[in-house]
Amino acid sequence: MTQATNEVQPGGGVVATVRRRRKKLTFDKVSFMAVFLGLPLVIYLVFVISPFAQAVYYSMTSWSGFDNNMPFVGFGNYVKLFNDDIFMISVRNSVILVVFLPVITIVLSLVLATLVTIGGSSRGQIKGLKGAGFYRIVSFFPYVIPAVVIGIIWAQIYTPSNGLLNGILTGIGLDGFKDYPWLGDARTAMVASMVVMVWGFVGFYMILFIAAIKGIPAETFEAARIDGAGRFRTALSITIPLIRDNIQTAYVYMGILALDAFVYMSVLNSTGGPENSTLVMSQKLFTTAFSKSQFGLACAMGVVLAVITLGFSALVFLVNRITGGSQDVGE
Amino acid sequence: MSLDISKKSAAEGHVERKGEDTKSDKVVAGVSHVMLTLWALMVLIPLGWTLLSSFKTTTEIFASPFSLPAVWKFDNYISAWNTAGIGTYFFNTVIVVGFALVIVMVLGAMCAYVLARYVFPGSRAIYYLMLAGLTFPIFLAIVPLFFILKNIGLLNTLPGLILVYVSFALPFTVFFLFSFFKALPKEIAEAAQIDGAGEWRTFFQVMLPMAKPGMASVAIFNFLGLWNQYLIPVAINTNPKNYVLSQGIAAFAGQQGYAVDFGSLFAAAIIVVLPVLVMYILFQRQLQGSVSAGTMK
Repeated sequence: MTQATNEVQPGGGVVATVRRRRKKLTFDKVSFMAVFLGLPLVIYLVFVISPFAQAVYYSMTSWSGFDNNMPFVGFGNYVKLFNDDIFMISVRNSVILVVFLPVITIVLSLVLATLVTIGGSSRGQIKGLKGAGFYRIVSFFPYVIPAVVIGIIWAQIYTPSNGLLNGILTGIGLDGFKDYPWLGDARTAMVASMVVMVWGFVGFYMILFIAAIKGIPAETFEAARIDGAGRFRTALSITIPLIRDNIQTAYVYMGILALDAFVYMSVLNSTGGPENSTLVMSQKLFTTAFSKSQFGLACAMGVVLAVITLGFSALVFLVNRITGGSQDVGE
Repeated sequence: MSLDISKKSAAEGHVERKGEDTKSDKVVAGVSHVMLTLWALMVLIPLGWTLLSSFKTTTEIFASPFSLPAVWKFDNYISAWNTAGIGTYFFNTVIVVGFALVIVMVLGAMCAYVLARYVFPGSRAIYYLMLAGLTFPIFLAIVPLFFILKNIGLLNTLPGLILVYVSFALPFTVFFLFSFFKALPKEIAEAAQIDGAGEWRTFFQVMLPMAKPGMASVAIFNFLGLWNQYLIPVAINTNPKNYVLSQGIAAFAGQQGYAVDFGSLFAAAIIVVLPVLVMYILFQRQLQGSVSAGTMK
């Protein structure tokens, strides 16, 4: 982001010499600032920032929400959470998601994006695969489908007796899968749920990476080819290093989504799945607050979730920085 | 596997300069097409199956996942629209998303413009405050938000939902448009002011029209994000009369276990998916341009 601010302002030197206008508080200027800055800021502070701040305070009370009685319990809620086995299971599941989901999604979308962009002829200009437009359009479909509907469709696909998946598997002779409950068996429920999320996001990141790869000057690829690099080598040594900042951004976004996962998990298995195998923190938080009215405890979960989210983002930035990425992005 | 192939092609590259596509080219293209086609099928088959099932009766759905319907039942769509209330939810969603989108675009553009163009004490702090709103999970805010709306009497109302949609879409909008306004040449605003335009006029008649491409990109993303929003309405909009599509169809699917009408459920899914999918296919060039605009910053 800061990159853009450094690059812009062509001819900025000329402007600097122009005489500064006098500062005068006219009605025009005052009303302008009040409406343009004040109005959005007030809305933002009231509905976004203040709830965040309040949540941190509530997390130290055992408030039930029905009265103004908020007994202050300090870090009691946090102690309670770390001794709560089911909450710790939900933390474990969220961590599993944030470890695996971004990696799988980004590797798959990078492979597909690479195939589309440099799968074409090795003669003449570097070009993409024939029919690339079709693949691009179709792959993006899941991104425009509401997450709820994706969950509902896949819940039907996984239906044991008459779902599409078991229909196909028994159709090609794998009779062992007849009536197999993909979402109802603790061994497969998590993997099956992850497949749904990967399905939903690969297309989006594929388009993102295609755009990034197309932003690399063609000369770079040509030079690599003249030096004798094959396609695989080009992808590893040219493409990935040049779009690593896009990959980093994608990784952070996907991680934040994986730590949320509320929609997918609650539609696929509304109660947390067999043996709580798909229960994630966001689901646990939601039921603690709105079904059990333990608002203080729920806020403490929110704080834990926020800390994990920020820790994850910081880790990704740190790893990218240490391994030598983004030298040119001055913070 | 493509590793060996491409290596070979590189080694032989300078031997046969003139030929058309080399053999390895064809192999690479073939393998690429196979993998991409597999993925395309992975995307299309579930959607096609949903469409097919939306015309079947519940008995037929239970009988076999592949069979064609004996009669193509459009009744499923009618019952989804009327009985399941998808029609009402659709209407609510259009109202909420429509208003929220317009308001957030106007407010976001104004705020981003001020932050990008004027330097004043605290402008940096406001910018970072916006950034914080992007990174913190919405789940942290959801409980206090519930009570804030309750206290001002907007809980379970459409205006309350619109207001919250606007607030949570604001940081992304400001953040994206900030870099856009920053990139617009300063000279133009200065020229407008020398010509006698006040601050208001400069913005609405000169700067805002110049920001149209950026506005379009952000509007598309905000539209998709708000149209698909689920958590916020489930938490603060619990009156079934005011349901939006995403929570309406989830509620409909939730009761399916007991009152079984799977044909209508599939039809409801198609009703929700179709308008956005058609819009996407019509505007896909614009949208994919937006994705690149969003990443090339």
